[in-house]
Amino acid sequence: MANFFLDNSDVQFLFEHMDLRLLSELFEEGFRFHAEFDFAPEDATDALDNYRRILTSLGELAADVIAPTAAETDRVGNVLHDDGSVSYAPGIADAMLRLSQADLMGFILPYRFGGLNAPLLAYTMATEVVSRADASLMNLFGLQGIAETINAFASEEIKAAVLPDMAAGRKNGAMVLTEPDAGSDLQAIKVRAFQDGTGHWFVQGVKRFITNGCGEILLVLARSEPGIADARGLSLFLVERGPRVRVRRLEDKLGIHGSPTCELFFDDAPALLVGARQRGLVTYVMSLMNGARIGIAAQALGIAEAAYRVAREYAAKRKQFGAAIDTLPAVRELLVDMSVELQAARALTYYASFCVDLETGTSRRLEGGAAGDETKALQQELRRLKRVNAMLTPMSKYVASEMSMRVANSAVAVLGGSGYMKDYAVERHLRDSRITTIYEGTSQLQVVAAMGGVAAGIARSVVESLLDREWPEAVRPLAAQVREGLALLDEAVAFAKAQPGAGYAALYSRKIVDMACALVIAALLCGQAAASERKLAVAGRWLAVKLPELRMNRDLVCSGDERPIAEFEALATS
Amino acid sequence: MGYHCVVCVKQVPDTKGITGEAMRDDGTVNRAALPAIFNPEDLNALEMALAIRDGHGGTVTVVTMGLPKASDVLRESLFRGADRAVLITDRRAAGSDTLATSYILACAVRRLEADIVLCGRQAIDGDTAQVGPQLAEKLSFTLVTYLEQLLELRNRTLRARRNLGHGWEIVETELPVLATVLDSANTPRPPAARRVMKFKKARCRSEVEQAIGRELAAASDDERAAESARRCSALAGRGLLIEQWNLDDIGADLAWCGFKGSPTKVHRVQSIVLAGGAYREYPASDPGVAQLVRELIEDHTIG
Repeated sequence: MANFFLDNSDVQFLFEHMDLRLLSELFEEGFRFHAEFDFAPEDATDALDNYRRILTSLGELAADVIAPTAAETDRVGNVLHDDGSVSYAPGIADAMLRLSQADLMGFILPYRFGGLNAPLLAYTMATEVVSRADASLMNLFGLQGIAETINAFASEEIKAAVLPDMAAGRKNGAMVLTEPDAGSDLQAIKVRAFQDGTGHWFVQGVKRFITNGCGEILLVLARSEPGIADARGLSLFLVERGPRVRVRRLEDKLGIHGSPTCELFFDDAPALLVGARQRGLVTYVMSLMNGARIGIAAQALGIAEAAYRVAREYAAKRKQFGAAIDTLPAVRELLVDMSVELQAARALTYYASFCVDLETGTSRRLEGGAAGDETKALQQELRRLKRVNAMLTPMSKYVASEMSMRVANSAVAVLGGSGYMKDYAVERHLRDSRITTIYEGTSQLQVVAAMGGVAAGIARSVVESLLDREWPEAVRPLAAQVREGLALLDEAVAFAKAQPGAGYAALYSRKIVDMACALVIAALLCGQAAASERKLAVAGRWLAVKLPELRMNRDLVCSGDERPIAEFEALATS
Repeated sequence: MGYHCVVCVKQVPDTKGITGEAMRDDGTVNRAALPAIFNPEDLNALEMALAIRDGHGGTVTVVTMGLPKASDVLRESLFRGADRAVLITDRRAAGSDTLATSYILACAVRRLEADIVLCGRQAIDGDTAQVGPQLAEKLSFTLVTYLEQLLELRNRTLRARRNLGHGWEIVETELPVLATVLDSANTPRPPAARRVMKFKKARCRSEVEQAIGRELAAASDDERAAESARRCSALAGRGLLIEQWNLDDIGADLAWCGFKGSPTKVHRVQSIVLAGGAYREYPASDPGVAQLVRELIEDHTIG
């Protein structure tokens, strides 16, 4: 039996390397749940064993049941029937049944709603494993953040009504945000929410590009305050699938064919307000989106892992010029870049998940009523983690999705003509990877979101805190190189800030964020290198490639060249 | 109304990962060299029992006979949804052939009062497919072999499709019935995470005793017995004690058990070592496959 969790040495390494023990202590709140739920862990060792078992059984399901159906799912897609119902591709329907039977649809929900109370880091690993088997299935498996959002912000009544069904996989959901004229700019949402004389809410209007819009539990962002045109006029509503919700069409897409992308028409559909009015976008959707971004990063990792493996195996077998092509330096460079970039993006995404878990754990401790002296320290720590995560989350999404596209593209390159044909999965991986840089906020938007933290010195402080430790002899020169890189980042940030107006910094924000991402990853890889010989080579190669890039980016940012803005018409010829 | 399904399962060496060390010099299976797994078709039998319970109510009891280590397959059954698990373990049962095994299982199943007994078609270690039919005979249950699809179960009457290899047969019978289930019957459900988190701690008495033997090596027999009683009762209180029966518990006649009760004589064992010769690769394309088929026909492997 194959296993997509156990066969991945890097994921295995990270499972051991990262402090899941600490997370289990935070999430199990002193292992107090065991008294109420006989399956809840008694201590950290028990909890870790649970995580390992859950991921192992998912890994087997992914390899043996899900992956073999992915090509067929890609080919047949989903079907919209005349009555507005949608049927999933057979492989997706079966996978959803299996995942439900395996209790895996409430990964991060609390025990009391039928969940597993797992930390985000374990869920990120799970999402990567699922996405490697079938990227499009992740769009259903990865929707568990919707349940989590309901858990975080909805009333007890709503939670009790829908969460047990969601955890058991009897119902699944969709986040219903995008409209024809409101994509990246969600403040422009037009779909209307109104109350009748008895105070009941209804939703009216059209939403599009809705992943799994055919699901039962729809979280709809709608304008509840007609007089307020910006984000403060928007509230979040729960609409259950019913006769007043119609799937009008399924999109025909480049990739992720197993994921139904729906256009929805809400015809005065009855709705329940989630949380407080006017906080829909500013609080709830931003929170939902952050979790979802990590999910997409994990999806991107899974796609890249799948593509890389095909390429690596093919290159070892394919003979040209009398030898396997993986002996050729040009192919070796491709494969090494793929593998190193993949491990780099994984290091960042897993670390971001870990930090989000620390934030969740800290905020739960505060809610649980920490002791007087401790409260202040915890509040301070929570504020720090929120700032860090507001940067690491978009960084992960940006780095992993761009990496995924490059790795899938390189996999096609390694396979050459065969890679372009449907005989191999890499063309599917390339098509599937393309969406990851677009949805849940485009790469350009992730850069904007990360740039604030980088400009405010948060990237620097994260790197410094990661470097602040005793290093083994072998890692010391690498840590010194990271410090050297930090000075280059400082120069670039200072120069951009010194330019008049916000245009220049915005123009070069991608280069600056690239520099910051490279350095955070370098610091993380140094930490891994201190624990593993293999990782020493990975960290060394990463820095060997990234230091020259850092210098180049510094030169570019400090060049003062404003032509893309000042001479747009001349350069972007029409 | 609900039905009580009893599923007989077996822990077997994984013959997929077979190596040169899989057989001892005397021709017997070297179980230590192969990982132990749940006999694959027994998982199909378990799935059928769980589906019957899900659809009609009732309970599913899983029974295995073997060393205390065979509790692994009972835990696995609990992970997937079994209600109750029973281990039959007894040194005096060692060396049982299919006749003795089916006798012992029959003694156990009688105590369980089953409506339906389900077995996998056959185990991948012995491949005899004898235990199911022999068990049905001893229990005087109607036997349905090669069960592929349960068509109907109503008023204690079962209608099912058998796959005979060269065709299908639909049979109808009243309960009690014993059926042997094919791997084409269903896809076994995966272990359920929360059941795994709970039942991974389930142990039978012998496993508890073995653990105490390791942990309290210096303790007296009385101390160990007391500790074992304490741990077993703690496990039982949490629903985690796997029931363990010996031959006396099931009222078995020792003359029919173990070596004594096993008339099977092995006439000859041949050790066939497949020498890994040259292999050829064919491109994964239509012409490649055509070439492969042409060559297989030419050397009379097929056709």
